[in-house]
Amino acid sequence: MHRGPKSNLDRLWQPSASRWLLRQRASLLAEIRSFFAAREVLEVETPLLASASVTDVHIRSLSSCLQAPDGWQRFYLQTSPEFAMKRLLAAGSGPIYQICKAFRDGEDGPAHNPEFTMLEWYRPGFDHHRLMDEMDELLAAVLGTPAAERVTYRQTFERRLGLDPHRASIAQLQTAASQAGVSLAGQGPEDRDGWLHLLMSHVLEPDLGRGRPTFLHDFPASQAALARLRSVEGPCEGCVYEVAERFEVYVEGVELANGFHELADAREQRQRFVADLEQRQALGLEDVPIDERLLAALDAGLPDCAGVALGVDRLLMLLTGATELRKVISFPINLA
Amino acid sequence: MATYTTSQFKSGLKVILDNDPCSIIENQFVKPGKGQAFSRVKLRNLLNGRVMEKTFKSGESIEAADVHEAPMQYLYTDGEKWHFMVTDTYEQHEANEAAMGDAVKWIKEEDMCDVTLWNGRPISVVVPMFVTLKVAQTDPGLKGDTSSGGNKPATLETGTVIRVPLFIQEGEVLKIDTRTGEYASRAKE
Repeated sequence: MHRGPKSNLDRLWQPSASRWLLRQRASLLAEIRSFFAAREVLEVETPLLASASVTDVHIRSLSSCLQAPDGWQRFYLQTSPEFAMKRLLAAGSGPIYQICKAFRDGEDGPAHNPEFTMLEWYRPGFDHHRLMDEMDELLAAVLGTPAAERVTYRQTFERRLGLDPHRASIAQLQTAASQAGVSLAGQGPEDRDGWLHLLMSHVLEPDLGRGRPTFLHDFPASQAALARLRSVEGPCEGCVYEVAERFEVYVEGVELANGFHELADAREQRQRFVADLEQRQALGLEDVPIDERLLAALDAGLPDCAGVALGVDRLLMLLTGATELRKVISFPINLA
Repeated sequence: MATYTTSQFKSGLKVILDNDPCSIIENQFVKPGKGQAFSRVKLRNLLNGRVMEKTFKSGESIEAADVHEAPMQYLYTDGEKWHFMVTDTYEQHEANEAAMGDAVKWIKEEDMCDVTLWNGRPISVVVPMFVTLKVAQTDPGLKGDTSSGGNKPATLETGTVIRVPLFIQEGEVLKIDTRTGEYASRAKE
């Protein structure tokens, strides 16, 4: 049979991941499932489409319109299964995990794809430190990594940049960034947290998790997201400040997971959502509905628990030595 | 004034940075799971060729540069400016020394070049990969002289001096690789 010269479509139907990588993915998923089965953590499924979404200023949800009796209704593709899983926890599910797709608009790069696979699990009765213990066991089981080091957010900044991230002024953070060789175009971040994120992603992160995983914990209260706050003693006598009981996992410079000792107070959670929405409005960002069903579940009583979300595609990247996320995904967004 | 936001960044895009036209070489999306996203961009300054790395906060915008490339014929130089013409429209452009760069070493009348225009003014001139130029002056090569590594200097019709094999004589036409500035072969004429 005659075939003409290769057209674009001839090349574009093919997956970007090799067959070997597809097999690696399948065995990684099987290993994760057996890890949780052995610990009697229940696998659950929750909807990808929900009537509400996250208010987080830095996350853009995708949405779709569905037919409803009185016209149509907007549903959001989840950016993580957190809210629905907390409703299961409040309903008495006990320890649960889920492997699912999550979606974030505009996130596309060497370590990002707008649609990605997430592993999320919750442990009633655990705080963030006990959950870090379990995370360490999971990483040892699937990646074969040695025991993780635990450092606080403050220690990391102090060691590398000699400044206290909870107290440094914007001007000090700005100076630290330019001394570290970060050259900014345009306005740069507008608030302290923006500068902290800049330093973290450009200067600190590449050195984290080298040789063994790094668990970074006790984040600034302004970056609590859905974590509890705790008062700690500052470096100077008598100074006390709040930290978020939140942790991030880094392996070989890659941010792999984010966990919380979960905030269970419905009133405080609502205040944080409202504060997010106010900031969204100030920045001219799209408004999103607050998840009233989540707040009602917290009100009914979320068990004291810790939860964590882990990027499975990035885990697969680390496992296989792939240098880009697109190498471990069968069809990344440009081929989807 | 046209602008691009960070989500439109891709390699090859022409933008204005610190008043100079630049071309984006590479754009990397950087974002913590919780927190501010950034674009880490590698750019080449089109006036001086320097490559730099800049970080933009996601959502920021940058002015687009009116930069395009066109094939043009080199006409002549008046000593200060080099004059070019778009052959189908007869539209003429003049380039200064900075825009010419290394092209002055190799360019001769009627050669076709790629001229990059910014706001309608030439900012860089790229000569063909291979040019043919006549040897204006060279000493006769001495047989058996190996001290010079088997080559000798020759001055081309443009005034540029290159190393050529010993057998090359005055008046011969040579093919030169402009990327390396080296003799490639004798030109068949």
